[in-house]
Amino acid sequence: MVCEMLTVDVEKSFGEFSLAARFAAEGGATALIGPSGAGKTSIIAMIAGLTRPDRGRIVLDGEALFDSAAHINVPAWRRRISTIFQEGRLFPHMSVKHNLDYGRWMNGHAADRKIFEHVVALLDIGRLLERRPGKLSGGERQRVAIGRALLAKPRLLLLDEPLASLDAARKAEILPYLERLRDEARVPMIYVSHDAAEVKRIARRIVLLEAGRVVAITTPHGHCRA
Amino acid sequence: MRLPRVDYFMLDLTPQEWTAVFLTLRIAVVATAVSLPFGIAVATLLARRSFWGKSLVEAVIYLPLVLPPVATGYLLLITLGRRAPVGAFLDQHFGIVFSFRWTGAVISCGVMAFPLMVRAIRLSIEAIDRKLEDAASTLGADQLWRFATITLPLALPGIIAGAMLAFARALGEFGATITFVSNIPGETQTISAAIYTLTQVPGGDTAALHLVLVSILISLGALIASEWLARRATARLHGV
Repeated sequence: MVCEMLTVDVEKSFGEFSLAARFAAEGGATALIGPSGAGKTSIIAMIAGLTRPDRGRIVLDGEALFDSAAHINVPAWRRRISTIFQEGRLFPHMSVKHNLDYGRWMNGHAADRKIFEHVVALLDIGRLLERRPGKLSGGERQRVAIGRALLAKPRLLLLDEPLASLDAARKAEILPYLERLRDEARVPMIYVSHDAAEVKRIARRIVLLEAGRVVAITTPHGHCRA
Repeated sequence: MRLPRVDYFMLDLTPQEWTAVFLTLRIAVVATAVSLPFGIAVATLLARRSFWGKSLVEAVIYLPLVLPPVATGYLLLITLGRRAPVGAFLDQHFGIVFSFRWTGAVISCGVMAFPLMVRAIRLSIEAIDRKLEDAASTLGADQLWRFATITLPLALPGIIAGAMLAFARALGEFGATITFVSNIPGETQTISAAIYTLTQVPGGDTAALHLVLVSILISLGALIASEWLARRATARLHGV
């Protein structure tokens, strides 16, 4: 029996394009794949609370984050869902260390050296702490972005094509960190990508999206056409 | 402020002229400082929100930029003057009087400088990548924290530029100030008004020239200081 950690059932129309997606994710990593324009990033933005669906429900660990029928829409900053964006989105005016600490400050957590050092070691960013994001390479920037998301102690981690802006060598550099993240951090992940090979390394459950609709869900237990 | 007749920076000014210099600086500094929080608030509102009547609000804010300064001063006189509706109310209930006081000059300079300040700050806020604020909100920052930790620091170069423009405008303000608070030595007579007065009396040319020199020095100093500040702020932002 699969325990569903996240259920998403959302509808939204963006002019010509309409999105109506329904899927569930369990613990571990779930991949959301599909061609560009399929609505992957929009779904991530809805789960994060950055975009409001027209209708539907988003439930995480039994708590409704969005429910149009019940007029529930928990603001992004209260959802405790961290997102790792394609472009990193590090704060340019803060050092790497302050970027990493940002989520902890905003959530009012006390400093925890052990966790901080663990994440820094996991991502191998110890020697970057005093630098500014402008002085980092693309791969370093994404590693810091992953660390920043993790250190906010999220209930769920959303990765929106975190490797898409990197070349093949940089991708190969980051992928092992993502695998370690999945195995060690014990935070459920939704991983968005259009790269099948990348996805196979990360996720066990795969949700295939096409033109705003979920067309297939593949699980380790089998494959079913939606 | 009474000063002996000595050469400051080798400038031969009378105590009364020095008073005008220091008064101008005081008015410009206070006008800039007081209007800055409002400037940031209004610029943020204009850059980020759309609301009913926004164009009208914008037009009113930018009006002093295009209106003859004397007209702006006159409008201030008939609203904030001692017998004017708002002015009388402030006088009776709070004992606040602006007419013929240096604080009135602060108001007129602030009003004249406000559009320039708002414009500079607004442009810098509009240039900020809002995706950074989205990222901050996914990390747990509510609207106020996002503004304080992301928007405000990233807009800092624009805020400095806006403050500098406002300060410069306040230094040179003449028409609105002289109309609203007149030209009283020691209370409302700024450098501009003093120069004007000196050119109207026989033999005042040398003294007028001295004051012109002083205003050149102040303006240059302000320009250099703001350039330096803006460079430092930009460098800080990008970690150079």
